[in-house]
Amino acid sequence: MKNKFILFALIGFLSFCFVIFYKGLDNIKIYKPKINNKKDIPVFRAKDFNSNIYIDSEKIFEKGNFYLVNIWSSWCVPCRDEHPFLMKLKEHQSVRLIGLNYRDKLNNAKNFINEFGNPYTKILIDSDGTLSVEFGAYGVPETFIINKDKKIIKKFIGPINEKIVEEIKLIIK
Amino acid sequence: MKIFKIILIVFFSLGFYQLKSDEKTAAIEIKILKNIRCLICQGQSVHDSESEFAFSIKQIVKKKISEGLKEKQIYDFLKDKYGEWIVYDPGFNKNTYILWLLPLLLFFLAGAIMIKKLIFKK
Amino acid sequence: MLANQIGYYSLLLGLLSSFLLCIVSVKDFNSSNNKINQNILSLSFLQLMLVVVSFLSLIISFVNSDFSNETVFNNSHTTKPLFYKISGTWGNHEGSLLLWLMVLTLFIFLFLIKSREQPKKYRILTLLFQQIIIIGFFLFVLMTSNPFNYLFPVPNEGLGLNPILQDPALAIHPPILYLGYVGTSVIFSSALAAVVLNYISKDWGQHIKKWVLVSWIFLTVGIMLGSIWAYYELGWGGFWFWDPVENISLMPWLSLTALLHCITVLEKRNMFTSWVVILSISTFTLSMCGTFLVRSGILNSIHTFANDPARGVFILIFLFVLISLSLIIFFIFQKKNYKDLQLFWLSRETSVLINNWFMMYFLSVVLIGTVYPIFLDVISSEKISVGPPFYQKLITPFLIVFLLLMSFVPRLKWIKSKIDNKNSLIIIFIISVMLSLLIIKNLKVDLLFNTILVSAAFFLFFTTLKELFDKKLNIAQTLSHFGFSLLVLSILFNSILSSETITNIKIGERYNYSNGEIFLKRIEKKKESNFESIIAYFEIKDRNSKTIELKPEIRIYNQPKTITSEADIKTSILNDKFLVMSHVKGNEYFNIRYQVKPFMIWIWTSVLLISFGGLMSLFKKKNEK
Repeated sequence: MKNKFILFALIGFLSFCFVIFYKGLDNIKIYKPKINNKKDIPVFRAKDFNSNIYIDSEKIFEKGNFYLVNIWSSWCVPCRDEHPFLMKLKEHQSVRLIGLNYRDKLNNAKNFINEFGNPYTKILIDSDGTLSVEFGAYGVPETFIINKDKKIIKKFIGPINEKIVEEIKLIIK
Repeated sequence: MKIFKIILIVFFSLGFYQLKSDEKTAAIEIKILKNIRCLICQGQSVHDSESEFAFSIKQIVKKKISEGLKEKQIYDFLKDKYGEWIVYDPGFNKNTYILWLLPLLLFFLAGAIMIKKLIFKK
Repeated sequence: MLANQIGYYSLLLGLLSSFLLCIVSVKDFNSSNNKINQNILSLSFLQLMLVVVSFLSLIISFVNSDFSNETVFNNSHTTKPLFYKISGTWGNHEGSLLLWLMVLTLFIFLFLIKSREQPKKYRILTLLFQQIIIIGFFLFVLMTSNPFNYLFPVPNEGLGLNPILQDPALAIHPPILYLGYVGTSVIFSSALAAVVLNYISKDWGQHIKKWVLVSWIFLTVGIMLGSIWAYYELGWGGFWFWDPVENISLMPWLSLTALLHCITVLEKRNMFTSWVVILSISTFTLSMCGTFLVRSGILNSIHTFANDPARGVFILIFLFVLISLSLIIFFIFQKKNYKDLQLFWLSRETSVLINNWFMMYFLSVVLIGTVYPIFLDVISSEKISVGPPFYQKLITPFLIVFLLLMSFVPRLKWIKSKIDNKNSLIIIFIISVMLSLLIIKNLKVDLLFNTILVSAAFFLFFTTLKELFDKKLNIAQTLSHFGFSLLVLSILFNSILSSETITNIKIGERYNYSNGEIFLKRIEKKKESNFESIIAYFEIKDRNSKTIELKPEIRIYNQPKTITSEADIKTSILNDKFLVMSHVKGNEYFNIRYQVKPFMIWIWTSVLLISFGGLMSLFKKKNEK
């Protein structure tokens, strides 16, 4: 009968929706968007923190090396929490840390470095935040791993901790 | 003196032209910013948000507009960095055909059913 | 503390009373007695009282800042003002569910009292269906969202309530909205009961119409309050963002409005019985879906309550069971109504049918727009956003046709009609178009599209206005339709004519904007019980040298530590002047956003007019029909 057919079709459709929503609930647990594909690093020119001259991105990143791009600011409280871990990573020969000073006052940033130490081989100034957007960042602190082919392979939103340091160590081997 | 006056007139009219296109640029800028989601806020556009992220995006959009990029190119740039969901207008592409067409389909289907029931059952 | 114990055990007893009610009702259903067993009414009242006691216990815990209660700890703070301590009770997930339960039990009790002339079996069956819903909610609360969880050791201080929720409009927005949502539960239960007993008829239509009107009025006002809160509190000067949670309140409203119109056909002509049952089911289902989407965290919005997927699973299963049950009942018991096929194309019945057609379209747009991203994400892992451009593009063209139709089809007569007063309609139409052209031409906006839209709105506006003065027919309905036309016009002109200026400004600085001057006079600092505020005194001069003072604030709350911007808004009949500011980091500059928004007060007034029409219909005397 036509009615029975419609009823079964409706219940079938409802079950389909049920499964979708059920799966959707599961997906919430892994909410943050992950970088699945390797993205090229952006091409840019930025001011060097110490020398105050503009450098090209080509000159900063060289093939054959791992880089860690870390976005930080003197006014960012979690940046202080992650700083010791950055200093630890500085010891590793296989990775170079590049700092991106995000929307900061030069004096405050310099004081921060003097007080807590400098884990970076190079620091770039991102006064209006546009450089971070080029990297696809959400805010500060944020850390990107660049592999030997100059591609962004992983992103960590928020301050890095012991666990993340271990993860980084595994990747840069 | 005459040449000076002509130069002044040309100068001001150029300024006026700049003003008009400034107005247009400002309008486009606002249109774009209202169409971009602030990714660290809960349900706000970049235009309405005061967050750091929104500030950075506003700067980038301003820069791209001054570089001469068109609206679609700016959206493509941001989508490349952050994914499709940063733009509020879902666009009409293979991911969204059903989204746009399903309501219309349902509307016309319902209309057809109604007409069939009314006219042909007499 | 004692209040917590009382609250918890009241809930348990309430659940028990549900089971008891079911048993007694089933027995009475099968008994040959014509009158309903009075115990049923008493038990229903008892159930209501148990939930009320539980709710009051929670309020007491909040007022006493009893942090041994986990809900109070999570959502309150000793320095919160008393009013917000009380309203904080329902401003959180657990408390709001208790509110749901209270309204559910209240409404079924009221239903039993107010339906004494109705057939006994129908009343009992309605009660039974409602108890299924009530039991579901009791289980949900007790198993996943207990408001009386015990914390040990007892913390000294709570985590506080989000400051943007500490607002009077937001305090009453949930109760009023819930009265609307939960009212639809009674409609759902009674429609199912009526279908089973083959009682969908004129009499049932007349009886249920009051409930439909009451829910509809509360839902309309509830949605308006939410928009008002968003406008005054969130600081971006808008009142509707097609945010998922806003859409969730809109969907039952669309379904309920369609149902309201169908009920009028049912009570007059005993037609559209299937529509009425389907819409009764869908309205409540949409309310429940809304609950699911908001509380499970599956949607990302400014409004999201509690992101707990476990709760989502419960509601999902509950919803699936309810919908399946109602569909099965509909298909088994619904009798085909052959009267429905005798429709003449130009009649009031057809106009209601067309209304349903458009309403269902609008509903499908909102529904698909809201849930499509979830489907896409699960099926293909692509994340997209569906925002205002989608809804505006799909709704506006159909809205134009809808407005035009609304201008004359409600006045068609029953069964068979012709369009009378064709001449006056044509004249009004021409006036509307000319007026719109005149207005739009003077503004720098897209001429053709806006003219068509505004003309259609004006057409409805003038036709309903004329109708109000004719006093011949249904004033209540005309008033609501007039209110709707006013709403569309206000929103249109508000969006076309709004202007804004954004700039950085220092104390003592004067800034020239397109229509005048903004002057930041001075800054004051103030300390309140739970926040510190920086108040900036601005003087805004417009082109006619009229000056107004606006004092937006920046508030720094202590618990939780948040910074909010409080806009200052000067409302007048013609427009609202809206100023909000934020502090630019590391500078003595303030970033301000000044907006002039025309006709805001008319937007709220028109929604009140719409509701008032409904109120008038509710109190219309029987002999006026």
